[in-house]
Amino acid sequence: MITFWASVLGLAILLYILLDGFDLGVGMLFPFAGGEAERRRMLASIAPVWDGNETWLVVSAATLFGAFPAVFSIILSAFYLPLFLMLAGLILRGVAFEFRYKATVSRPIWDFGFVAGSYVAAFVQGTAVGAIVQGLPIAHGQFTGGALSWASPFSLFCGLGLCIGYALMGACWVAGKSDGTLRDFCLRVLPGLMAALLAFLLAVFLWSLEIRLGVLHRWIERPVMLLCPLVGLIAFAGLAACVRRRDARFLFLCGAMIFIAAFATLAGSFLPYILPFSLTLWEAAAPLSSLRFLFWGAGVFVLPLTLAYTLIVYFIFRGKMVGDREY
Amino acid sequence: MDLTPLLLSRIQFAFTISFHIIFPAFTIGLAAWLTFLEACHLITGERIYRRLSDFWMKIFAVAFGLGVVSGIVMAFQFGTNWSELSRRTGPIQGPLLGYESFTAFALEAAFFGVLMFGRDRVPRWAYLAACLMVSLGTSLSAFWIMVNNSWMQYPTGFSLNPDGVFVPTDWSAIIFNEAVWTRFPHMILAAYVTSAFCVAATGAWYMLRGKAVQEGRTMAIMGLRLAAILVPLQIGFGHLVGDFVHDRQPAKFAAIEGRWNDQQPASEILIAWPDPNSERNVFEIAVPYLGSIIGSMSLTSMERGIKSFAPLDRPPVAIPFFAFRVMVGCGLLMLALAWVGTWLSFGEAILKARAFLIATALSFPLGFIATLTGWFTAEVGRQPWVVYGQLRTADAATPFLTTPDVALTFALIAAVYALIFGFGVLYISRLLRAGPIPAADISLYATNPKRPLSVPGASPGVSGAAPSGD
Repeated sequence: MITFWASVLGLAILLYILLDGFDLGVGMLFPFAGGEAERRRMLASIAPVWDGNETWLVVSAATLFGAFPAVFSIILSAFYLPLFLMLAGLILRGVAFEFRYKATVSRPIWDFGFVAGSYVAAFVQGTAVGAIVQGLPIAHGQFTGGALSWASPFSLFCGLGLCIGYALMGACWVAGKSDGTLRDFCLRVLPGLMAALLAFLLAVFLWSLEIRLGVLHRWIERPVMLLCPLVGLIAFAGLAACVRRRDARFLFLCGAMIFIAAFATLAGSFLPYILPFSLTLWEAAAPLSSLRFLFWGAGVFVLPLTLAYTLIVYFIFRGKMVGDREY
Repeated sequence: MDLTPLLLSRIQFAFTISFHIIFPAFTIGLAAWLTFLEACHLITGERIYRRLSDFWMKIFAVAFGLGVVSGIVMAFQFGTNWSELSRRTGPIQGPLLGYESFTAFALEAAFFGVLMFGRDRVPRWAYLAACLMVSLGTSLSAFWIMVNNSWMQYPTGFSLNPDGVFVPTDWSAIIFNEAVWTRFPHMILAAYVTSAFCVAATGAWYMLRGKAVQEGRTMAIMGLRLAAILVPLQIGFGHLVGDFVHDRQPAKFAAIEGRWNDQQPASEILIAWPDPNSERNVFEIAVPYLGSIIGSMSLTSMERGIKSFAPLDRPPVAIPFFAFRVMVGCGLLMLALAWVGTWLSFGEAILKARAFLIATALSFPLGFIATLTGWFTAEVGRQPWVVYGQLRTADAATPFLTTPDVALTFALIAAVYALIFGFGVLYISRLLRAGPIPAADISLYATNPKRPLSVPGASPGVSGAAPSGD
């Protein structure tokens, strides 16, 4: 039961990172794209899917609360201020999709909300991962730090890194969805983003070894783990080849593979700890009676339905965009 | 009173949840109303039901979107501001609230799209079925919320771990909690009555303006007749909820009654000015014996006063006392309007009853006020407990938060809400002002099911938008 819910949680978080990652990335690239026509087409490329993507954030939070309430309580309180910033950012971002087309004079406000919301959400998520890797001060199942104890050079660096990563996925996505000037723009920014992301991943890996030597033991114990960075490197090479050949078909797939590899590296380095190295999945899980109750409705029925729905939406909206508002 | 992080967290939660409940209260009822209209259309074939359904569908979409957006913040607050509560009651509240959000999303995914998009693409019976499913889904969503809240009001089916964690031992005792079966219908009826009065008030307004009079009349009459049945039913369920509070939460009951001392036989205070400092009512009008009749159905029973509880276990008196009276007052006003309106509706009298129509047009906030004050009564009255008798509110908050932390997030959330809800309410009022449009035009207006805020046709700055009102 615990394994099942841990897998669900992992899947939900991974899907969230992959899916909302690229649409947050589009928001970050938004101000740098040429004119209004390009911007409209960038928005149109994510318009049919962005809120479905954010559904996975809610699914992740609900799974965390239902199956691992101890972690839910620690993480949400530990990131008190940044989480509220992220929520405000996501809300502003969400309404901006609608209001920018309805507004006449207030369009700059909604555009600002869209861009700032994207940056804030990505930065907060990266910072949270960094702070969790570094280790949260916990005693007796309660968070014992203060409202700002998540902030450290390492965690802020991770926030920056995730911004770069999301922007990269955003560029891959838009390039695959568009042609002409917009596609040229994406292909132009991609090499820089790739170099920055590669440098970041290397730096963060060395830095986290410096913070937590324990991670190294896990790599020695689990040599299979070496596959993850290998897959990541292959994906990077594939991405570079695609950009050079100006072939946009597999761009997003390569970008996503980098994220999957990074996610697997992170998970492999710390499992079975859910909060390294203070709380394991088994310690954090809700009692069996709670997990069973959740399983027979949400696990068997609702989750597959939501997954199927996500697949159907992406199938319907596959291929290049035709108009600049295709919904 | 010091502005402690605890107090500020409570105010922040009260603010966000009060803001939130306005929208579900409206959409639960509207979903049922739309189902009803579709059924009428299917059975009678009258075009007017179709026009009304199309009109209210757009308003439903905007309100639904605002409800979803404001609901997400609620879910996160359990962890951010009430980390001890979520750590200790997570094994019970987590799955319950998880079911709530899963149900809501499954429903949104499957049927909301059909409602918004599918008018011309599915057979009429399937469209009616989709309405029914959305209606069922919103009610199910409310059901899980009421199960969760009722468990907090009357915790059952659990055992306590040494570290203070509540472990569920009997889910059927939790879900089929005796509190649920009066409080859930009370909430659903509140939503239905609220929507019925919004519909009736809009109809009365159109009749007064002489615009869309036929539609307006149908709305007013349907809303008032529906309310004429629902309001008495609601008062009946309200009484049952009162019985539950009397038996299981006597301190709350005493606060609602404004009764400071034990009394036998007890009188019923109609109106008073409770003074917490001197622990008595400065002024009161009371009916002898009625308190015992309402509390225990007897002329001689002893009813407990607030001073019979330890000072540490007493809820504040003024808020439940006044909130309850405002709720009951709104209920009685609605009862009078609904019955007078139903009487006038058999015949042509309602067309000439200008004063009555003005009163009805102004009555749209009554349902919302009653719903909010009802919740104020329930939630303030159960203080100082967050899980009644088990966990104090003061012990449930996130321990390390400081006043500036909470003040900052509260200001942020309040600013964002003010911005987006300001726009949302503007949209709804524009839609209402524009009124129902002839059915033939509706196919021109396509909208996106997943983003109800994009409802076209009434946007500032979009040329060719729906005709503006006056």
